[in-house]
Amino acid sequence: MSILERQVPGVVMTPDHIRSRKLPVVTNVLVAVAAFAVAAVVVLGTGIGNWVLAVVVGAFLYLVGLYFAASRVEGKRAAKNRSMQALIYSACVLAILPLASVVWTLVSKGVERLDANFFSTSMNNIGARDPLGGAYHAIIGTLQQVGIATLMSVPLGVLGAIYLVEYGRGKFAGTVRFFVDVMTGIPSIVAGLFILSFWVLIVSPWFNNGQPRFSGFAASLALAVLMLPTIVRSTEEMLRLVPGPLREGSYALGVPQWKTILKVVLPTALPGIVTGVMLAVARAAGETAPVLLVAGGAAAINFDPFGGNQQSLSLFVYQQAGDASRYAPARAWTAALTLVALVLILTIAAKLLARRNKLSR
Amino acid sequence: MGDYPSRSVNATAGDLGVTPRHAQGAGYGNSPSNYNEPPLGGGGALPKKTRFSIETGFRGLSTAAGAMVLVIIVAIAVFLISKAVPALQANNASFLTELKWFPNDTEPVFGIAALAFGTVLSSIIALIVAVPIALSIALFLSHYAPRRLATPLGFVIDLLAAVPSVVFGLWGRDVFQQPVRDFSIWLNEYFGWIPLFGGEGPFGQSIMLGGLVLAIMVLPIVTSLSREVFQQTPGMNEEAALALGATRWEMIRTAVLPYGKPGVIAAVMLGLGRALGETIALALTLSIAFKINFNLIENGGNSIAANIANAFGEANETGRGALIASGLVLFVITLVVNMTARAIIYRRREFRDSAA
Repeated sequence: MSILERQVPGVVMTPDHIRSRKLPVVTNVLVAVAAFAVAAVVVLGTGIGNWVLAVVVGAFLYLVGLYFAASRVEGKRAAKNRSMQALIYSACVLAILPLASVVWTLVSKGVERLDANFFSTSMNNIGARDPLGGAYHAIIGTLQQVGIATLMSVPLGVLGAIYLVEYGRGKFAGTVRFFVDVMTGIPSIVAGLFILSFWVLIVSPWFNNGQPRFSGFAASLALAVLMLPTIVRSTEEMLRLVPGPLREGSYALGVPQWKTILKVVLPTALPGIVTGVMLAVARAAGETAPVLLVAGGAAAINFDPFGGNQQSLSLFVYQQAGDASRYAPARAWTAALTLVALVLILTIAAKLLARRNKLSR
Repeated sequence: MGDYPSRSVNATAGDLGVTPRHAQGAGYGNSPSNYNEPPLGGGGALPKKTRFSIETGFRGLSTAAGAMVLVIIVAIAVFLISKAVPALQANNASFLTELKWFPNDTEPVFGIAALAFGTVLSSIIALIVAVPIALSIALFLSHYAPRRLATPLGFVIDLLAAVPSVVFGLWGRDVFQQPVRDFSIWLNEYFGWIPLFGGEGPFGQSIMLGGLVLAIMVLPIVTSLSREVFQQTPGMNEEAALALGATRWEMIRTAVLPYGKPGVIAAVMLGLGRALGETIALALTLSIAFKINFNLIENGGNSIAANIANAFGEANETGRGALIASGLVLFVITLVVNMTARAIIYRRREFRDSAA
């Protein structure tokens, strides 16, 4: 028998006295019902708003009522605790609503054009009154641009991370690390403008008889600029997790440092690095602004990333969204659904891979 | 987090052979003055240190890759300036104070004032809406939710961060615009006497819609960063607060929030950087207007990035230069915001590591 339940004669120390009193759940529910009822009567009765306002006012009244009910039973501090908890919970519900709405809209509007034609045709010769037309050229463009960007940014990013973890000491390494972090925040449109002024306006005329030319390769350059800091950061974190004794064991066997890095450190950290790369790829696949500025977009299929305008999925969504044709919104939503599916599959695969990673944080 | 500098130092501790020469003190050990000779003191069996080896090459390669980041940042500034200057010289108005944007005329007149104002206003709205909600979710995930719920919910928040901005823009324009319009009309009817909610309409494609869509987009980044900060609160501090009889909220207020404050500030600034640079979502949700106007609910609003996306198609040479000039301003603003945020994080990290 616990001391809390034992009755000591003469001493007033029953459970009621030593445990603080709790607000009964029934009271809690009653406050809620009363709050929403009052809100509904006031708001709908006077006609100053619809049910959304009633819910908002009801939630507010519930918080106030809960505070007063709890402060009478439990005291002010506990009441404040309760109110803050209720506020935090409602903020979570509030944040889930837009996400749910986005997902629902994507699926409900996206399935309208989700057919074989959409994935096998381009927008070439598709007029405003033509209900068909698809995103084949955009998918090709996205895959090529992101693929080339990955090929460029992964070696550079992994090498940069190796420098930061294995070789970098002193001020210079600190500066590089700082600016890698700063670079993650560079807006994508600025990266697009950079490639526009550097590649499209200055370099591409050399190969094209003095005329500036949009190309898918320019888009992959811009995407590589955006992917680079993300890859450096995630790889750096993974390399730091590789246990020091592994390296020391390798050094003790007389293996030079570069070989240790390539044969011991990198393979150990590989799953983590792949996760970071996949997240960066997912990010890059969704970028619209740089592609708009340097690849230009196109209606026809273009397999050559170096020759002329190319489309990408995100840009396709943006252009169809701005199109006046009554069939354009359906195409935009289906392309958006495709894009989100691509990005989410990559992200979820990356996260699952991260979970299987043996190097735990 | 992988913030264990001591571990990476240990990683090379057993490998004096590759320690950079400049890292060694003047009177370092008994190392020979000439590296062609085997070092004294039992190192005779080691291979000779050659001047050019794969090691040197690999080190140089990785150093070059690391330096590439600095090169890119400098190159961004250089190339943007080089393309912006001719357009700025052709400008017939003050770039910083002019409201209008007519860079394609024969007498180009353009200025960034209205655009910069719209950028800042939409970002501020986004932060005002997003930060309290994001901090609540972060606290919920770190201190309220049971683990079974916190893990999937944190996963969902991360997924929200991965959704491309064009999708949010499309959703904002096709779906979210109607409720915001209804809300705007309601605000205008009952609170029209406040200048923020005044005006005659039409409502809907307003800076409020853009700001709210932005808020949804910066929510995940602020949430995940501040959640990480809150989770790092020393358990001792929390337990001490609870042992003194604090309720859960008092524990959060006295132990978690003060500890996390610099991190939260940095997270908010990173969110601000994201909001300032957001392009497509605003290009789809705002209706273009080049004026400085505090009215939140009337059609209008603009931002530097959205203007670049909208005006790029019909820009001539000067127009392109003008857009690049505005992009340069955006670059500088985001660079300053990001550097401030990172500086806060770095100072905090040094503090924490030295205390540990």
